[in-house]
Amino acid sequence: MNPVFDWHALAPDVVLAATVLLTLVATFLLPDRDATQVSRIAAIGVLAALVPVVTLANDGADRAMFDGAYVVDNYALALKAFFLVAAYVTILLSVDYIQEGDYYRGEFYFLLLTSVLGMSVMASARDLITMFVALETISIPTFVLAAYRKHDRVSNEAGVKYYVIGVLSSALMLYGMSLIFGYAGSTRLAEIGAQVSAAGAPPLLAVAVFLSLVGFAFKVSAVPFHFWAPDTYEGAPTPVTAFLSVSSKAGGFVALLNIVFFGFYGVDGAGTELWWPVIWVLAALSMTLGNLAALRQTNVVRMLAYSSVAQGGFMLVPFAAAGIAGAAGDLGQADTAFGAVVIYLLVYGAMNLGAFAVVIAAARRTRSAEISSFAGLFQTSPTLAVLMTVFMASLAGIPPLAGWFAKFVMFQSAVEAGGAWGITLAVVAGVNSVIAFFYYAGVMRQMWFKEPAGEDRSEIEVPYALTGALAITAAVTLVVGVYPQLFARVGELAF
Amino acid sequence: MLLNQFLLLGAVLFGTGVYGVLTRRHTVLVLMSIELMLAAVNINLVAFGAFSGSVAGQVFALFVLTIAAAEVGVGLAIVLLIFRNLHSSDLDDVDVLKG
Repeated sequence: MNPVFDWHALAPDVVLAATVLLTLVATFLLPDRDATQVSRIAAIGVLAALVPVVTLANDGADRAMFDGAYVVDNYALALKAFFLVAAYVTILLSVDYIQEGDYYRGEFYFLLLTSVLGMSVMASARDLITMFVALETISIPTFVLAAYRKHDRVSNEAGVKYYVIGVLSSALMLYGMSLIFGYAGSTRLAEIGAQVSAAGAPPLLAVAVFLSLVGFAFKVSAVPFHFWAPDTYEGAPTPVTAFLSVSSKAGGFVALLNIVFFGFYGVDGAGTELWWPVIWVLAALSMTLGNLAALRQTNVVRMLAYSSVAQGGFMLVPFAAAGIAGAAGDLGQADTAFGAVVIYLLVYGAMNLGAFAVVIAAARRTRSAEISSFAGLFQTSPTLAVLMTVFMASLAGIPPLAGWFAKFVMFQSAVEAGGAWGITLAVVAGVNSVIAFFYYAGVMRQMWFKEPAGEDRSEIEVPYALTGALAITAAVTLVVGVYPQLFARVGELAF
Repeated sequence: MLLNQFLLLGAVLFGTGVYGVLTRRHTVLVLMSIELMLAAVNINLVAFGAFSGSVAGQVFALFVLTIAAAEVGVGLAIVLLIFRNLHSSDLDDVDVLKG
């Protein structure tokens, strides 16, 4: 029997894969390894891959291939679109940084897009083998990207820490997967789910689920598996940090969603007791410790690193809520909660990439990542200061910005899941939203109420590419805040 | 009964690997310990595959082998990088940043 290829469904990944190869060839063929040309090829390729995503979304039919191992449905398409747009913004963030740095090389875009290809495949993966290959395609290029400034000790350190933790987490996850395969006799997530519902959950399966969840917890830097994140984020080149904290983290979340929703969840929520307590603990710890650690930071990248750990905790809240609702037999509510995870992910991507865009723009003048280097930004560059305020306020969850809507659906899912555990989690999330406000407001205070430090008071020049990245992220943050139905509909369609 | 013996071997190998990762400070030894963990995964996969009569286990093991090779390639490149800059490949010497 020959496998059936649905080329329309495969088109986004095929275009992306072709672009990956093209960037590599172009890097070696262009004179002086002209990275600017390579960045153009990469940007055009990413936008071209978006075209089939739109036509597939218009078509609307679910397409399954390879015996159900690779599925293109609304959920996969929404996430593919997110990964591609996030990749485009990351390319915009990188262009000037790579061009002006000491490492003016086109390979950067090859590695970046390879990782994006892994994410795009991950969105469609419904099989343990496909998921594993996609996850490693995401991770391996990012190890190299983190250590990209190869003569810089700090960047080396970022690379080696990320690498050791990344490989260790894959090994834990794989051991869990091997036991799951032994239990279900199949690597298809759907068949694993059927087996969970039919045969119940022996203790062996609990161990397997726990190990694979721990593996993914490393990837999404959930506390207590987060300790690599601040060091790697600080040491890696800033555009790479933006990529790691948004796209790579989202890749981990999508893997988690796939394996839990299509696998451990069971056909009718039978397997929820297996995983929701683990997710609950990860969510509560990530929010609390991430926020408390972020309060003490003086470096804005480290602050954003801990903030992204905390935001990851917020994203795990509807996840745990879905488990609680599923265990209580309320499957409709569980689906809404899974949708809330996707909504939070999309909103978080826009506002966090935006915050990094401002950090990169401001660092062009100050060459510093200290929070104090933002002092008086409103007097020197009012536009940047206003944009940073928008992103910080959105991360803190202040209406009418997109972050507010993400927080709203998050709280709603926890409260409606109900029970002592759901309400407790909502309260923990509420307290943490207040704590988070303080460190986001700290940056705003520097920008608005302090005097600029240096002599140079002229406006910071922002290159075109960076302006584009700021415009896209600010537009999404503002529009979704005012008109949340846009993303709410995506959440509904996905599950 | 035979399946249990394979799983036991896998578990012992996996445990040895975890112990090595946690106690060894030299990057290359850490990498070797992780390889032990992956070997345990492969034993599990092949044993489960053979006993359930499904080829998926063996296919999975092949993928694990291939990707582990790619991972170690990148890993050794990073170790070499650190050795050039620090003249040491001890994880304890990589300590500019404080977690």
